[in-house]
Amino acid sequence: MSSASNSEFTLPQSAEEGAAFAGANWPPLATLLAGSTGLLAGLAWAAFGLVSLLLPDVEAGDWSQTRNVGAAALGIAAAIAILSLGAPWFGRVGAGLRKRAPWLLLLGLLLTVWELATAKFGWLPLPFFPPPQAIVEVYTDDLPKLAASVWASVKLQLGGYAIGALLGFVTGVSIGWSVAVGYWIHPILRFIGPLPATAWLPIAFFTFPSSWSASTFLIALATGFPVTVLTWSGVASVSNAYYDVARTLGAKPSFLVLKVAIPAALPHVFVGLFMGLGASFAVLVVAEMIGVKAGLGWYLQWAQGWAAYANMYAALIVMSLLCSGAITALFRVRDGLLIWQKGVVKW
Amino acid sequence: MVALALKQEAPLAGAALDIDDVSHHFDIDGKLLPVLDHVSLNAKPGEFVALLGPSGCGKSTLLRLVAGLEPPRSGSLTEDGRPIKGPHPSRVVVFQDPTLFPWRTVWKNVALGLEAQGIIKSQRPRVDAAIELVGLSGFANAYPHQLSGGMAQRVSLARALVNDPQILILDEPLGKLDSLTRLSMQTEIVSLWQRNGFTTLLVTHDVEEALFLAQRVIVFSDRPASIKADITVDTPYPRHRGDAYLAELRQQILGLLGLDATW
Repeated sequence: MSSASNSEFTLPQSAEEGAAFAGANWPPLATLLAGSTGLLAGLAWAAFGLVSLLLPDVEAGDWSQTRNVGAAALGIAAAIAILSLGAPWFGRVGAGLRKRAPWLLLLGLLLTVWELATAKFGWLPLPFFPPPQAIVEVYTDDLPKLAASVWASVKLQLGGYAIGALLGFVTGVSIGWSVAVGYWIHPILRFIGPLPATAWLPIAFFTFPSSWSASTFLIALATGFPVTVLTWSGVASVSNAYYDVARTLGAKPSFLVLKVAIPAALPHVFVGLFMGLGASFAVLVVAEMIGVKAGLGWYLQWAQGWAAYANMYAALIVMSLLCSGAITALFRVRDGLLIWQKGVVKW
Repeated sequence: MVALALKQEAPLAGAALDIDDVSHHFDIDGKLLPVLDHVSLNAKPGEFVALLGPSGCGKSTLLRLVAGLEPPRSGSLTEDGRPIKGPHPSRVVVFQDPTLFPWRTVWKNVALGLEAQGIIKSQRPRVDAAIELVGLSGFANAYPHQLSGGMAQRVSLARALVNDPQILILDEPLGKLDSLTRLSMQTEIVSLWQRNGFTTLLVTHDVEEALFLAQRVIVFSDRPASIKADITVDTPYPRHRGDAYLAELRQQILGLLGLDATW
């Protein structure tokens, strides 16, 4: 009892405490205010759903998923509204939704405008600007081909990237560590490295036995150059003091490379791996568009040939999710390995 | 057999160090810069010797030669009569900067020497003992960026001591610490030395620190460093900072360093 009455008369000592203090006194009002953006987001999604369901599609339109999209939008609207109003009772899900409420609001508004401008009033010319339901239709009707393309791209990308990253890492460590290796490799690196990997496409496609091996080579090349340069610079910039310490403690050269140079260079290596990933995506798509008869790049090319613009947008969305996912995965690995570093960028 | 020599009661671990007529110079863009000028110095097994001199006079270079990180241009260095040809874990250096490996936890930093020598698997308790010895038992899993300057230097000491060195080389180890941490770590160094019995070489430019810690204080001249005086500090441990005898020696040493006026 006495402690409770004491705390009532204690002034808040910080902004957070002040907010908690205010919140503790008027929970209903604070809850309503914090939930209002979520409520608006729910309304925006409801508008999208109602527009889809109630207004007729333009005459040229022939979309099988309009009703499903409308119904799904209403369902999402209801979920957003309930979760944001009842956020305190939904724990982490509720808190996460509140944090994202402004984005959900914007998305709901954009989808409504998009739906109106394409499917309902035809303000935007049709084959080039498909409505949301046309893209959803691609995912329901053309899933096998899309999935096969995704699998082909992922295989090609992973293989080429792994080879390039591994070779780049080994080359970078060797150049950074050994003067003799540096003497021979450095000029080659300077001559070939800056060349865009796509410039090799014509040569690669007739010198390699298959377009798949040619593309793997090109992706590996695009990945390998930044990884090599940054690994090298990482190894070269390791402070001599670390080597002195290790040597006085009895370290042999192999220990100096594996347990001093490489861990100290890892932050640089990850910058190289990140840059290599970006460069390799570009090569992957170009290679698939030009030579490989599979993958998302090929799918894009194919969709354009048939003027299937909805398929293009659908493939672009999938590609974006894949690339972003790959970078997220790389950053996860980095955060795990470089847990000792302070202030790393959160992706 | 896991010999926990860190906890030995009768210290016999020290080695004799003989520095015989050592001269050294740096080669900077083709110009020779002499740093050590005919330095001869002996340390008996288990002796605590302080090397004192003006900043940049070449004391730290002498330590690098003793550690075996560089060979001398002329003269010879021997440990228990064996010539020093390269680094060896029997001669461990504690540098002015703790130089902990930031990607390793405190435990893994201390384990570094045993790991490099390939004996860590059978010697893990030695790492725990060394960490406990410097009073950081609760911090074994902390990363260096989470430590204060004094704690980091303690880890660096533990990393040296875990190897049971016969010669401990201290290169201004307390130079960058705040004055309170410095005083308490001076006392700790004395007790570690008394307990383990290693021969200790301490480079410092703090006259009081040298007198508080060492049995002998070697005063060096400006670069190129040569020995100006070899002063025996003949008073038992634990010492008191206000001791009249130490104050008298301090005045004498400041005079040798050309700083009489400040006294």
